[in-house]
Amino acid sequence: MITIKDYKKASSLEEAYELNQKRTNRIIGGMLWTKMSSANINTAIDISGLGLDKIEENDNEFIIGAMTTLRDIETHKGFDLYTDGAAKEALHHIVGVQFRNLATVGGSVFGRYGFSDVITLFLSLDTYVQLYKGGIIPLAQFINMPYDRDILVNIIVKKEKIRCAYKSVRITKTDFPVLACSAALTKSGVRMVFGARPGKAVLLTDAENIIDGEITEENAEQFAAFAKENIKTGSNMRGSAEYRSHLVSVLAKRILMDMGGLEK
Amino acid sequence: MTKIVNKPVRKKDSMQLVTGQPVYTDDLAPSDALIVKLLRSPHASAWVKNINTTIAKKVPDIEAIYTWEDVDQNSRRFTCAGQTYPEPSPYDRLIIDRRVRFVGDTVAIVAGKTEKAVDKALSLIKVEYEVYEPVLDFRSALDNETLVHPEENWESLCPVGADNKRNLCAHDECGEGDIDKVLSECDVIIEHTYHTKACQQSMMEPFATYCSIDAYGRLNVLSSTQIVFHCRRIIANALGISKTQVRVSKPRIGGGFGAKQTSVSEIYPAFVTWKTKKPSKIVFSRRECMIASTPRHEMEVHVKLGATKEGIIKGIDLYTLSNTGAYGEHGPTTVGLSGHKSIPLYGKAEAFRFTSDVVYTNIMSAGAYRGYGATQGLFAVESAVNELASKLNMDPITLREMNIIHEGDIMPAYYGQENTSCTLDRCLAKVREMSDWDNKYPARDMGNGKIRSIGMGMAMQGSAISNCDVGGATIKADETGFYTLIIGAADMGTGCDTILAQIAAEVLECPFENITVHGADTDASPYDSGSYASSTTYLTGKAVETCALKLRAQICKLGAKLLGCTTTEVEFNGKEVYKTNGDNASVSLMDVVTASMCGNRIALEVTETHTSPLSPPPFMVGAAEIEVDTLTGEVEVLNYYAAVDCGTPINPNLARVQAEGGILQGIGMALSENITYNEKGKVYENSFMQYKIPSRMDIGKIHIAFEASHEKAGPFGAKSIGEVVINTPLSAIADAIHNAVGKRFYELPITPEQIAMAKK
Amino acid sequence: MIVTITLNGKKIQRDIAPDTVLLDFVRNEGCKSVKRGCDTSNCGLCTVFIDDKPALSCSVLAMRADGRKVTTLEGLQTEAEEFGAFLADQGAEQCGFCNPGLIMNAIALFRENPEPNENEIKEFLAGNLCRCSGYEGQMRAILNFIEWRKQR
Repeated sequence: MITIKDYKKASSLEEAYELNQKRTNRIIGGMLWTKMSSANINTAIDISGLGLDKIEENDNEFIIGAMTTLRDIETHKGFDLYTDGAAKEALHHIVGVQFRNLATVGGSVFGRYGFSDVITLFLSLDTYVQLYKGGIIPLAQFINMPYDRDILVNIIVKKEKIRCAYKSVRITKTDFPVLACSAALTKSGVRMVFGARPGKAVLLTDAENIIDGEITEENAEQFAAFAKENIKTGSNMRGSAEYRSHLVSVLAKRILMDMGGLEK
Repeated sequence: MTKIVNKPVRKKDSMQLVTGQPVYTDDLAPSDALIVKLLRSPHASAWVKNINTTIAKKVPDIEAIYTWEDVDQNSRRFTCAGQTYPEPSPYDRLIIDRRVRFVGDTVAIVAGKTEKAVDKALSLIKVEYEVYEPVLDFRSALDNETLVHPEENWESLCPVGADNKRNLCAHDECGEGDIDKVLSECDVIIEHTYHTKACQQSMMEPFATYCSIDAYGRLNVLSSTQIVFHCRRIIANALGISKTQVRVSKPRIGGGFGAKQTSVSEIYPAFVTWKTKKPSKIVFSRRECMIASTPRHEMEVHVKLGATKEGIIKGIDLYTLSNTGAYGEHGPTTVGLSGHKSIPLYGKAEAFRFTSDVVYTNIMSAGAYRGYGATQGLFAVESAVNELASKLNMDPITLREMNIIHEGDIMPAYYGQENTSCTLDRCLAKVREMSDWDNKYPARDMGNGKIRSIGMGMAMQGSAISNCDVGGATIKADETGFYTLIIGAADMGTGCDTILAQIAAEVLECPFENITVHGADTDASPYDSGSYASSTTYLTGKAVETCALKLRAQICKLGAKLLGCTTTEVEFNGKEVYKTNGDNASVSLMDVVTASMCGNRIALEVTETHTSPLSPPPFMVGAAEIEVDTLTGEVEVLNYYAAVDCGTPINPNLARVQAEGGILQGIGMALSENITYNEKGKVYENSFMQYKIPSRMDIGKIHIAFEASHEKAGPFGAKSIGEVVINTPLSAIADAIHNAVGKRFYELPITPEQIAMAKK
Repeated sequence: MIVTITLNGKKIQRDIAPDTVLLDFVRNEGCKSVKRGCDTSNCGLCTVFIDDKPALSCSVLAMRADGRKVTTLEGLQTEAEEFGAFLADQGAEQCGFCNPGLIMNAIALFRENPEPNENEIKEFLAGNLCRCSGYEGQMRAILNFIEWRKQR
């Protein structure tokens, strides 16, 4: 059971950052994962009063505050439109509305969990994280960085002309995915992400330029084979590596067919 | 025509429940009750060499810490199974045993004023274990050189074939006819082993108990239990005190499904309160409910079934291996149902044999879970019959129609009992019709790798344990003419308070509102074995009916006295006692009751006890229509169709929700509720995050129809419904999956991976 | 630490340990409708409103609710009775233990989307587990309730 000695509602990011430099202190996001740990926290740092719970949309980007709840992202009309419903599809499986009203995008991304639908989704978009000290860096880079004492401030999604889709396989509908797949079809080609491998989500780009122009059933199958070959999978209680690799090809093909408007 | 029976009245407690009133154990425990928690073993098999509580005891607000040193290791052992004495379950437990037998077994009891203090103390107890090699595979447990219960004071009270020196909790053999000969003459043999896991009841309210000492110095136990009377015995046995020193009562219960037919949580705060004389409570965390409770018995059921090429089933040979885990709760009895409640469905069989072994292993003890062994046996037998149908290229419903038992048949595998009421044939016809079976069976290709298919299964259960279970009811007529019905059966959400009140109101010809229900309380209730074994409506219901009839006679007796005539000259119509000679003389119920309280020797209170030589089976047929994504292996249950013969549904609403809820539990068991262990015997599925019960997104539509027979021995023709409803989805879904992908599965749950990766 | 919460319309100020979760806080204040059914944020039994949004009170520090409005079923008795009656008419309340969380979330649904279809209902209430009902009776109750409100 988690214990917390002190609680401090930060009045500025600088204050939060200062507090967070102590190893025994911790920033509290939605607290859904933190509360299950048996950590002894000296000071819980609450950054919920810093206005980081909003989604700002302009012509070039979405700026999503770290404390924005998953539910707010899921129900954001502009983001839903931009992602062709992929955001909603990625998020609505996560436990329930009451859970997603608490879970924050910052907590989800900062945790860098393998099963994360959130990271899988954002990794397929042109996403950056804004760190208080570390500045703006690509999400793909961030998820492989070691945990440090910096503070995640915003998630930034740069707008581009894309088509998106999200698919996952789950043993029950509100369970973690056995495998999740998120894809974006951009001007520069396909970006496809596989999450819950069960390791951290990885981005696959079309290095061999298989999808050149229109998506067809044939090139979708080729890409699926390419994905299966290149995505490393592992085993856990929800599925074996072999099954996951099989799903990589199934979901890769389906998601392409979906984006190409070819799904039967 | 009945007025209140067979009517969908609201549950008596419904508005209190929906408005969230504080009516459950933890809501009622006072805030100054000591918090009780348990230190649990990290090892599957070990000996506590040393345990040091010195530092832990110094934590402020800690009241007491108990270890094996506080429990006489040579005292008589006991069982936590809620069963009629002498219990078939072996006496194999101590409150704290120096030997721990599963990951989660009790090592110490800690009581303190705050949860924080208790958690702190738990972390400061130092234990040195001598770790033993555990017995984890139940297939190799029998006669394993490692014994789960080597102790000399292990005891089996009933002749169930138990032998702790063989890891054997029970063994049985029975049969009729020459099964080997019959099978050898069959045209077709289906032979497989079917494996089901130790699934969790997962009632929403965790185990919870509150204890205090009353004005007489007795131990008062308020607990979320289905079995107040058995619980009293278990606690007295565990504490080694007289049963007169213990009172057990129950408040509202947040679901049981059999979990609370075992005393999982009661003995610990009872021990604390008896020792300290201070109030205490325990509330299990969900994790504890998942790792140290009383789940379904894991079973392997080996079926050998023979039939003619025309599809007549001639013989069934069953061997069940059951895993009772570290302790024997309900081990010797659950296993019996795997054969006795599956084989009798087939009335044309000329012979059967049913053999069983129940073994000890070093995993958490199993217990009672809705279906109680029948679930496991029916999955096996019904799956085998489905396989027979496809092997013979026959429609599985048609095959059943040719083979099922009918009303009036004798059931050799059901203790030779007559099938006194049965509409199984009508249930088959109904499911065929409501599911549009003939158009859907076996499957349709929907394109894009998706196949829709349908499969079915049948089920039976019992209604109470014949010649054993006892139902009791007291009814008294109270001031102004309302009635109090006092029961020892436990409403755990099933609505039995309401159902029993409906029966009483029907007999007493009074408005339903005039019946107040009280129970269950060992000090106040008439004896009742408790709510399990599908017994309450059938058995306690009959006790209520008889009781109400006798109370009517008492009312007439006193009424006649007031009217100055004999009882033969009067009748009671619910409102008044009147003379039947037509002279319009009458006395109102209110006046009769008022008169009973002044200068009176005629009691307007009756207690009635009932038992039954028969356990009339309810029957059910279910069909699952599913869509299988053959590429990912995902299965969606689109529709579930079921027809139930529970006799007269006393309350059709409550019978319907029982059926719907039971079916979804069965679907969970078929598709997602898994139990796996690591190599050290630790269960992985220790939370609702890992043990996946169905959410409302995981089910399409459940359609229920009632095909009521009339059971003469039950109240107003009723049989049971609580358990039978969980049994059909397992075989129905397994067969539907076969019909979609052409592969049979013999182990549950059938996960997407198994389906997608199946080599056909 | 001092926390000020408007609980069911009443402003209260309490001195609490910083790691007190909202669930224990509101139960301590007598709001016993709020139940704990799991320890992994999966069951939905502990659902309360924080500033009118349904949230799992088991997973929020009471400190996080400082200065905010918290509502439990104790503060929504009229709505609970109104909708709960429809559950009762199906017998679908059954053991009752999941009811407060379900009803809280159903009220949230009706406020956000007064006439949801079956899919929207299932999706919104997916985080409310129930082991008794198979969810069918709850669905009938919800649909009947919506119909009744439309007629009114």
